[in-house]
Amino acid sequence: MLRTLTLTSALALGLSAGMATAAGEAHVEDFDFSFEGPFGSYDQMQLQRGLQVFTQVCANCHGMTHVAFRTLADEGGPGLPEDQMRAYAANFEVFDQTLFDGEGDFRPAAPADHFPVSGLATAPDLSLMAKARAGFHGPYGTGLSQLFNGMGGAEYIASLMTGYAEEPECALEGEPMDGFYNTAFANGGYPDSCKDENGAHTVPGTWIAMGQPLYGDDVEYADGHSTELEHVSQDVAAFLMWAAEPKLVARKQAGLTGVIFLTVLAALLFVANKRLWAPHKHPEH
Amino acid sequence: MSHAEDHSGTRRDFIYYATAGAGAVMTGAAVWPLVNQMNPSADVLALASIRVDVSAVDPGTQLTVLWQGKPVFIRYRTDTEIALAREQDGALSELPDPMARNANGAEADTALDANRALPLPEGSADPAGSWLVQMGVCTHLGCVPLGDSAGDFGGWFCPCHGSHYDASGRIRRGPAPENLPIPVASFVDETTIQLG
Amino acid sequence: MAGIPHDHYEPSSKGEKWLDSRLPIVGLLYNTLMIPTPKNLNWMWIWGIVLTFTLVLQIVTGIVLVMHYTPHVDMAFASVEHIMRNVNGGHMIRYFHMNGASLFFVAVYLHIFRGLYYGSYKAPREVTWIIGMLIYLLMMATGFLGYVLPWGQMSFHGTAVITGLFGAIPFVGESLQTWLLGAGAVGQPALNRFFSLHYLLPFVILGLVIVHIWAFHTTGNNNPTGVEVRRGSKEEAKKDTLPFWPYFVIKDLFALAVIMAIFMAIVGFMPNYLGHPDNYIPANPLATPTHIVPEWYFLPFYAILRAFTADVWVVMFAEWISFGIIDAKFFGVLAMFGAIFVMALAPWLDTSSVRSGRYRPMFKWWFALLVIDFIVLMWAGAMPAEPPYSIISLIGATYWFAYFLIILPLLGVIEKPLPTPATIEDDFNAHYGTEKRGGKTVATPAE
Repeated sequence: MLRTLTLTSALALGLSAGMATAAGEAHVEDFDFSFEGPFGSYDQMQLQRGLQVFTQVCANCHGMTHVAFRTLADEGGPGLPEDQMRAYAANFEVFDQTLFDGEGDFRPAAPADHFPVSGLATAPDLSLMAKARAGFHGPYGTGLSQLFNGMGGAEYIASLMTGYAEEPECALEGEPMDGFYNTAFANGGYPDSCKDENGAHTVPGTWIAMGQPLYGDDVEYADGHSTELEHVSQDVAAFLMWAAEPKLVARKQAGLTGVIFLTVLAALLFVANKRLWAPHKHPEH
Repeated sequence: MSHAEDHSGTRRDFIYYATAGAGAVMTGAAVWPLVNQMNPSADVLALASIRVDVSAVDPGTQLTVLWQGKPVFIRYRTDTEIALAREQDGALSELPDPMARNANGAEADTALDANRALPLPEGSADPAGSWLVQMGVCTHLGCVPLGDSAGDFGGWFCPCHGSHYDASGRIRRGPAPENLPIPVASFVDETTIQLG
Repeated sequence: MAGIPHDHYEPSSKGEKWLDSRLPIVGLLYNTLMIPTPKNLNWMWIWGIVLTFTLVLQIVTGIVLVMHYTPHVDMAFASVEHIMRNVNGGHMIRYFHMNGASLFFVAVYLHIFRGLYYGSYKAPREVTWIIGMLIYLLMMATGFLGYVLPWGQMSFHGTAVITGLFGAIPFVGESLQTWLLGAGAVGQPALNRFFSLHYLLPFVILGLVIVHIWAFHTTGNNNPTGVEVRRGSKEEAKKDTLPFWPYFVIKDLFALAVIMAIFMAIVGFMPNYLGHPDNYIPANPLATPTHIVPEWYFLPFYAILRAFTADVWVVMFAEWISFGIIDAKFFGVLAMFGAIFVMALAPWLDTSSVRSGRYRPMFKWWFALLVIDFIVLMWAGAMPAEPPYSIISLIGATYWFAYFLIILPLLGVIEKPLPTPATIEDDFNAHYGTEKRGGKTVATPAE
């Protein structure tokens, strides 16, 4: 009875799935990433390309204080050779309190140091950005979209990068908006001229404070990969996913191993249980 | 009860043993990470080895750095100090501790200054034996010895209980049992020493 | 134990006798493990072992996490990242702990609803039920205290909201809130003391769990029929029961293995699904998240809390009759805790002479509605506090109280229950198709 009930309610919630986004909500594109799914993993070359984009574009304003330079050489990540990682780190300067007889001084960063804080106070730290945003929501608060599509943090970042668009006509009517129109951004300013009579948004997205950082062809890839905006955006999003969750692959492997082992154990226990109970359930045997 | 049971006796037991075995394996697999998490973490391991820039060290002076929580003496010796250390080689047979205590060499090496001084980097213009790198921890009870020709042997002197170390860091007088140990160290380029 | 006649532990060897006369612990453990258990228990009886396992899991992973965590506002968030990135296996241990809390609550809700359906709360098991309610309250407190520790946006602002509830208590509210926080607002004092309490409460829970087990071992387990085990003699008892070890230990372990496989899949493949992304943003007292939501297991009560706004008639009535002392905010707090309180009163509100819902045809429908109500409240708790969600929450909250205060007492009087089986043995045999058992009318197959 209880079991039927739980199943029915789950089904009812599932069947209520509707449109994921209404007309005026922010739109996140469901990009495919190599690390999605139970067997997903990072594409090392993509992470290197993303690191390049981060370094040349994003790092001008954004920090990544939870990421240590030495992790760039770690297995499963961008996998820079050790000397390249050291040279990369040395491009950054860190303040060392122990230098200059305790007064402190700047020195080139060592592998054990972390990426600096954001240079621009209003630019959020990117260490965890891919986990601090959800790309997918609902529908209607049921959480089903995330169940099937994943949390969507990396998708959100890539969508944000590609989401800059021409201001809609309705926005040109009133006062000029602060910021830049972006179809993927949901938490920004929004002009009244683009709202309908109920106050609902008529165009997707809102106005974000950050100017468009990527246009396509922003960097040149040594491996000759496409530098179209969509690809550059996905590369940096993948890199930021690794920055947020460097142990992703190890976790999925552990998960798979655990599930397999536990299934075997469950099967053994099932048979053992059956054996144990047989004389009581079927005493004629 | 049915006599069919007797024949299936071993078969029935097998399933229980197999299950218990699988359970034991799973438990072990679950316990291991709980034990391993107490082992040094990645950031601690990263600091197992550090690089020290010695370009600003003047001859006749010592740079003390903290490495793995302990002080390390990096001394840029003058010709006089090197000569003194070589002279003190003569007392090898009377040394309280005749071994080199150098992690970069063989355990059986004797405490000759040449076995203790840091090999110079390629293309270095300095005389051999210019650099001496040793742990700044007295081998008696762990105080930090004073340097700059302190003590009676032109080396280091530990103020806690009066141990005297010579110009090569060898114990000469006092309660310390061993020479100041030399950690894994090497020049990775002309101005950088890697410890560990 | 349990008043069920059975063989007790007899120390046999000299060593056993030596220990037994000084500390009868072997006997205690033996009798506990071998306790006669109704043989017809179904799969809704496994949640106890799942809960015990999860408690141990949380304590063990928690102690390990504390080895690496720093309870300071400037370092807490970074220390959690340190665990995730640097500590050997730290990411798995953290995700186990984080999702272990969810597993704990899934199991406890199923465990509680089992009790509600099969009448486990009815005499003589009222004390077991009350202790269970206390354990549940402590679990909620522990979960709430633990959620602060990562010091993310939700940690901070969620704590601000919930400690703010204490401020709603008339007269003593503000001083109580200040005392709780050690300051005017959530900050370092709160973080430190919540850390201390988060470490303490699980052990209080552990103690209560032992008393909980002691209580239901004294009365004996309930079973799906609600019919008690026969206690006339050992032989009779043996027909209705089987010793806990090995029959139910192995059965429970099988269920645990299946649940752990699912849990492992969640931890391995979707560890952040039940969480909130905003908690990966370091706490900023000056920037409030657009939608503050507690962890999912609090959502039904969050919905009840927010449902009672100033325009609801019962709130207006309460305000009038208490001369303004009870305002909407305080009413919400009362309703939230009241929801658990009325559930705790179930043993005395349920007037039915039949214990198990299996034999109560009318009850089944109302109970089904309660389950749906709980799920709807959970969903509504995550939605913004505006129409239509506010109205849905109000209806849901009303039904919850109505079920315990009106429906349960009434049903016992007006319902015509189905006939219950005479014994547990009969019920067990009916399930396993053994008319051949008892062997009187049907020939047994040749052996």
